[in-house]
Amino acid sequence: MISTIFSKRSEKRSGIKVWAVILWLVVWQAASMCIGQEILLVSPVSVVLRLGKLICTVEFWQSLAGSFFRILGGFLLGTVLGTAAAGAASASRRIDEFLEPFVQTVKAIPVASFIILVLIWVSPENLSVIISFLMVFPVIYTNVKDGIRSMDRKLTEMAVVFRIPAGLRVRYIYVSQVLPFFRAGCSLALGLCWKSGIAAEVIGLPDHTIGENLYNAKIYLNTPDLFAWTLVIVAVSVLFEHVFLWLIDRLVKRVEQMQGR
Amino acid sequence: MDIRISHLTKSYGEHPVLENFDAVFPEGETTCIMGPSGCGKTTLLRILLGLEEADGGTVEGVPQRKSAVFQEDRLCGGLTAWTNIRLVCPEKDPAEIEKWLYYLGLGESMDQPVREYSGGMRQRVSVLRALWAEYDVLFLDEPLKGLDEEMRQKTAEFLCEHTRGKTVICVTHDQEDIGMLGAVQVIRLS
Repeated sequence: MISTIFSKRSEKRSGIKVWAVILWLVVWQAASMCIGQEILLVSPVSVVLRLGKLICTVEFWQSLAGSFFRILGGFLLGTVLGTAAAGAASASRRIDEFLEPFVQTVKAIPVASFIILVLIWVSPENLSVIISFLMVFPVIYTNVKDGIRSMDRKLTEMAVVFRIPAGLRVRYIYVSQVLPFFRAGCSLALGLCWKSGIAAEVIGLPDHTIGENLYNAKIYLNTPDLFAWTLVIVAVSVLFEHVFLWLIDRLVKRVEQMQGR
Repeated sequence: MDIRISHLTKSYGEHPVLENFDAVFPEGETTCIMGPSGCGKTTLLRILLGLEEADGGTVEGVPQRKSAVFQEDRLCGGLTAWTNIRLVCPEKDPAEIEKWLYYLGLGESMDQPVREYSGGMRQRVSVLRALWAEYDVLFLDEPLKGLDEEMRQKTAEFLCEHTRGKTVICVTHDQEDIGMLGAVQVIRLS
């Protein structure tokens, strides 16, 4: 818990300040005005105006939903399978040894190579699901496995001596110790899965996705669109991360404070 | 059934902790194990609890249902005293726990997470937890450590009252504990 408290304090210190954001927007606007060519550097005002127009179209929401659910699917798949694999690897040395080369390979291979390789095997529609999964799986697997390994051995011995039923052991002893590791893994994996998922869409070009819109913006040198869609990706990614981590925090709190009556 | 240990040997690397150790712990009685630090008292308890393997010798008659007060409290810090105790035997009447907690001066703080407790309070919770569990043999590793004189007396009386007729094996440094816990046998390790 000490590390959590420490990270919260440093988060407060190093958090984004409104004045700094405004200053950067002013710098951006000034640079755009100096260059005087929207195609090279669009102004923040133009981006906001373009975004306002995009939001009013059905295609915008279709693209947003198309990307969101695919990347979410990959993230959830990676989270569930990563956690299950970490549990299995912690229980059996053979499974751990078997999975280690796969995890290390996935970690080492550049995402662009993966995208092209996976595109040969699956349709572009499913590409971002697979790529997001591949980015999330090793992170969750490694973190959860570390969490299980660093569990307090004294408490597990206590559970053995008192013959505490498996369900209660998981709920009261294991989950509360592993959840902080799982949370840290999710925080890291969420950023990764959005970046890699959108990159996969730009290469695979599935219909009605953010990646397709980014690609079109590049083809037609439509800089306001490119910036507007990028802004959408950042906003959705940050919002999703906050909501997901908030849910995990609530879960951690509930598990820690479970009174049992 | 008595617990019988014969020719028990245990070493950590080159360092022998127990060598050809023999003992009998009579059923339904309290036995105290005494000796200086590092003489193998806790190791012996861990072997009897099934948490450690002996290098040699035999241990017979240890019942399946065991309970223990460990050297450290081994409580789940985020849980309340009430939940920590309930965890070891969820089927028993929970109203009884409350009564016990009040008796040992923990009633007012029973809904607080135990991480907010003092060392003495945590020790009392771990004693209550050990007694609350279903057991045929109770292992105590310095059960009165960290308690003030009044609470020491009270906890010892409580232990004696609730372990009557049960097999109890207690490790202690303190000569006084022998009388307070009503031990019928003392084994000294050197």
